[in-house]
Amino acid sequence: MNKKLGHKIVHTDVLIIGGGTAGCFAAVTVSRNSSLSVVIAEKANIKRSGCLAAGVNAINAYIIEGRTPEDYVTYATEDAKGIVRRDLLLTAAERFNSVTAAMEEMGLVILKDEKGNYAARGNRNIKINGENFKPLLAKAAKEAPGVTVLNKVNMTDLIVEDNEVKGAIGFRILDEMIYEIRAGAVLMATGGAAGLYRPNNPGFSRHKMWYPPFNTGAGYAMGILSGAEMTSFEMRFIALRCKDTIAPTGTIAQGAGAKQMNSLGEDYERKYGITTSERLYGTVKENLEGRGPCYLKTSVVGEEKDEELLKAYLNMAPSQTLKWLEAGKNPSEQDVEISGTEPYIVGGHTASGYWVNTKRETTIKGLYAAGDVSGGCPQKYVTGALAEGEIAALDIISKLHKGYKESVDQSFVASKIEEYETILTGDNELFTAQELEEAMQKIMDEYAGGITAYYQFNETNLQLADEKISQLLKLWENLKARDMRELLEVYELRERLIVCKSVIAHLYHRKETRWHCFNENLDHKDTDKAYYKYVNSKMTDKTLKMIYRDIVEGAEYEHKD
Amino acid sequence: MSIRIDKDKCVGCMKCLEVCPGSLIEEKDHKAHMRYPKDCWGCVSCVKECKFSAIDFYLGADIGGNGSTMNVSIEGEILHWNVKKSDGTMITIDVNSKDSNKY
Repeated sequence: MNKKLGHKIVHTDVLIIGGGTAGCFAAVTVSRNSSLSVVIAEKANIKRSGCLAAGVNAINAYIIEGRTPEDYVTYATEDAKGIVRRDLLLTAAERFNSVTAAMEEMGLVILKDEKGNYAARGNRNIKINGENFKPLLAKAAKEAPGVTVLNKVNMTDLIVEDNEVKGAIGFRILDEMIYEIRAGAVLMATGGAAGLYRPNNPGFSRHKMWYPPFNTGAGYAMGILSGAEMTSFEMRFIALRCKDTIAPTGTIAQGAGAKQMNSLGEDYERKYGITTSERLYGTVKENLEGRGPCYLKTSVVGEEKDEELLKAYLNMAPSQTLKWLEAGKNPSEQDVEISGTEPYIVGGHTASGYWVNTKRETTIKGLYAAGDVSGGCPQKYVTGALAEGEIAALDIISKLHKGYKESVDQSFVASKIEEYETILTGDNELFTAQELEEAMQKIMDEYAGGITAYYQFNETNLQLADEKISQLLKLWENLKARDMRELLEVYELRERLIVCKSVIAHLYHRKETRWHCFNENLDHKDTDKAYYKYVNSKMTDKTLKMIYRDIVEGAEYEHKD
Repeated sequence: MSIRIDKDKCVGCMKCLEVCPGSLIEEKDHKAHMRYPKDCWGCVSCVKECKFSAIDFYLGADIGGNGSTMNVSIEGEILHWNVKKSDGTMITIDVNSKDSNKY
């Protein structure tokens, strides 16, 4: 006999799925500029959810004095070898500084020089104390008039009728309650996907990773299943990080000036090129050719920097500070070993995500995307997520101003409720969600270019990966859950499996190597100008259809076909 | 990396359970219980939330953990990061939340 869950129906003008950086800022924007009602559905708690849980200590996308938003567009375009949407980059870059000012108003501490200007780190960065970045933003969202925050509410599916979004459905993980949320517009802001590939530390510390392990690709999966067009899933992101703790390197590299060295003490930084993927590729090559491990040479930056570096990491990645203390050696006494991470799918560093128009509306009417879940706009980082939240919110306000019609159709909702209640019937027969997750990560690692494959693959590998992931999707159908928290695990696995299928298909259809490591295709080792195109995909009748689109040149892009 | 909750110090306020971005903590016998120790990201949100210093975090042995634990006590604008090393020595690093990162 199935469990009977409670059922709450919520009506709101705007539903925001995911209360991270983009979602919270969008909620504040709607509140400040309209009288529309907003609901944030957040699967954890907006205070610390998303990428900024532990903190962040630089704003990495900022237009410093003497530079222009166009300079930023040029930099990001070159770094991604042209596969970007310049309209998206420019509209984000134009807002980098105003959203930073808005954060400073909320209480964010930003380093200033003696003239009172923000102190720059390199060409595009400014230094902050971002330990409390997310709590400050969450507080503003929570206190904004008209905004309701539903913490611990996990949405699993969009309600879409005739390619128009009508809301979403999910459940609360602390009690047995279904949430059906009906809305005039939905902003997807769930972040990207971690945990698809076997991680650097596959055992006890499996979640000590670059990206939030709780960002499971929910927004991508919901969009894919609803027939939204997606872009650039083959532009995987692989970070170059401090080994083991997978902590950021920017603070010791750009900040303290530590150089990238191999074990022979040679600076190999410029040997392979300086784009994001080339820096990583260089480290992989040095290791492969027997000159590893590689380091950031902190032993020459001077002991006077030790104390500030220990503090800097406490404000964003405390595990790295603890690691220095565990070793009994300060940064100046020991070089920091670096390594590549497993691949992730994100739209904030690379460009994977929803195919949106310039206003961040997806190909589903009324459905918007901002932050890591939104594609085409790489290197937008935190300020880009804020900017996209704002851009989407402003367009939602102008559209909803004209009114909207709520849907009353219950058939889809009823099918989802039945699905939840069937899964909740008790113990698994053979496999658990965690076991299938491990199987998925092994498949992706070995056949779709993970760490143990040095990020490389060929088309035969990809075909095998697809076959094996499809098999896991079948096994998924038998999974059971004993409580609501386990139900969350079951859906997180489904999200990851669906995203894996798309990643494999995208990797397969970019028949070139455009970015080392990110898509290192051994059947096509060079860049091919025929692939100076976006690789997009869209699910119709349960089949993923691939679409090659020409690079967008105009300042405004609107969906036509 | 993971956390350890001291049952004697835990008063069952459940602030850690509420804030955890992975919803990894559950309530068990009116106390907080770490249900998924292997799934911790190491963000230390729960450690900062706990007013009773009942939560310590530590590095797994697979990433260089050597038995030290760390917690945070907050006094106004100052975060006291307290590290207890495996030999019993204590190290405290104070970070003022009004001071920016210098690098």
